[in-house]
Amino acid sequence: MPAEYIVLDYRQLALAASLMVVCGAISVVLRLGLERRLAMGVVRTIVQLLLLGLVLRWVFAAGQWYFAVALMIVMTLVAGVAAVRRVERRYAGLLLDSILAIWVSAWCVSAVGVFGVVQVPIERLAQYGIPLLGMVLHNTLTGISLGIDRLGSELAGRRDEVETLLALGATRWEAAQDAVRQSVRTGLIPTLNTMMVLGIVSIPGMMTGQLLAGVDPIQAALYQMVIMFLIAAGASLGTMAVALLGYRRLFTADHQFLPGRLKKG
Amino acid sequence: MEHFDDDTLMSDTRKLIEARDLRRRNPDGAGWLLEGISVELCGRQRLALAGPTGAGKTLLLRALALLDPVDGGELFWRGRPVGGGSVPAFRSRAIYLHQRPALMGDSVEATLQWPFRLKVYSGVQYDEQRIVAWLEGLGRTGDLLRRPTAELSGGERQIVAMLRAIQFDPEVLLLDEPTAALDPSAAESVERLVTEWFEAAVRERAYCWVSHDPQQAARMADRTLRLAAGRIVEPGEKDPANAR
Repeated sequence: MPAEYIVLDYRQLALAASLMVVCGAISVVLRLGLERRLAMGVVRTIVQLLLLGLVLRWVFAAGQWYFAVALMIVMTLVAGVAAVRRVERRYAGLLLDSILAIWVSAWCVSAVGVFGVVQVPIERLAQYGIPLLGMVLHNTLTGISLGIDRLGSELAGRRDEVETLLALGATRWEAAQDAVRQSVRTGLIPTLNTMMVLGIVSIPGMMTGQLLAGVDPIQAALYQMVIMFLIAAGASLGTMAVALLGYRRLFTADHQFLPGRLKKG
Repeated sequence: MEHFDDDTLMSDTRKLIEARDLRRRNPDGAGWLLEGISVELCGRQRLALAGPTGAGKTLLLRALALLDPVDGGELFWRGRPVGGGSVPAFRSRAIYLHQRPALMGDSVEATLQWPFRLKVYSGVQYDEQRIVAWLEGLGRTGDLLRRPTAELSGGERQIVAMLRAIQFDPEVLLLDEPTAALDPSAAESVERLVTEWFEAAVRERAYCWVSHDPQQAARMADRTLRLAAGRIVEPGEKDPANAR
């Protein structure tokens, strides 16, 4: 089957990469001091994406579903670690909570998408499952990261309020629910914002890719809608899960608040 | 809402809170923050808690409200162990008052009404007349109810927090230096509210008051419990912290 897209070679890649000279020139003229980071950025972009291409080509060619699953596990673990990297107030067990939340939510949602909606045959799991899961993971990661950061700052900021409520006879949930709600809300904002302007500001990434690959625009739009709903569900589930897991770590069954477990760092 | 049995209702002095061998380890090093403290709080009791800074007064008071996890010991409310699901009901009967209370709600009225949304007070109605009567007893008026909480003085905040607690007729108040940062007239108002609440049902009520002021302790309490280095030192016994 002839490719419906224009095949690129490395000469063309080099031509595109030469555009980075523009960035370098601006950095030099304005003395931004960014030349090293720019060079690093170019190298990392090329190396990381080539590696990804090679790995995917190998997994696709192998055609075994368990290779795909192994790669998905690695992606999930990396996303779970990345989600907590910039969280300001940490607590023991945060990393585990993050991995658990992202794993369960992204995999459930992706399973619905791959097997329920798109109905991918198992031997093509790699081709569909890996890119779909990747997109869901990316957005769930953002939600979890924002949500857990907000949970920590809300609870630290409302410490007196939470303590006063508990002292008056509030259950731990009654004392924590405003903070938990606020954190889930915060985690969902980027996804909601994306949905509001989807297709107005620019053509979304996945749809762009399919258009370039010669897919019918309506088909490409349908795929984009499906992935958008998967992303929204994954981000909601993941953010809620991580907020509830965090809540359980910071409150005891005796309805005590443990602000000492929240450590900056 | 969970209810506790009222078996002990008939006896003259009711044992309300009993703490046995409460212990809390020092998380940053060796030793104890609370070292095996046993206390009883019975009806009619007005207890003062005294001792140097860092002796563990606040920790003990918080432990009596079960607000912090302890490393040992047990807490009983009217003879029954408190834990898990019974904790919110217990805390609604034995209310701990912070030195700097948080006031939820934009106005005083909203602050006083706020706790009624808690499950534990689901059967209780907000009674404005009672609040106004208390305020008038302090030489104030119900106008305070319309004031925004952001405009209240430190003394007024503490008075509002006190009203928020006593409107539920708790049996026990655990008062953590409620007047430490207040001017004398506001301190007197707080003392008067506590006394009014206490005298409304002396036999069934008790409080424990952490105070740095010996005159206040003498005025507001019948008995003073002295703490030093996480232990109770009986009056007359040498303070182990100064014994070296």
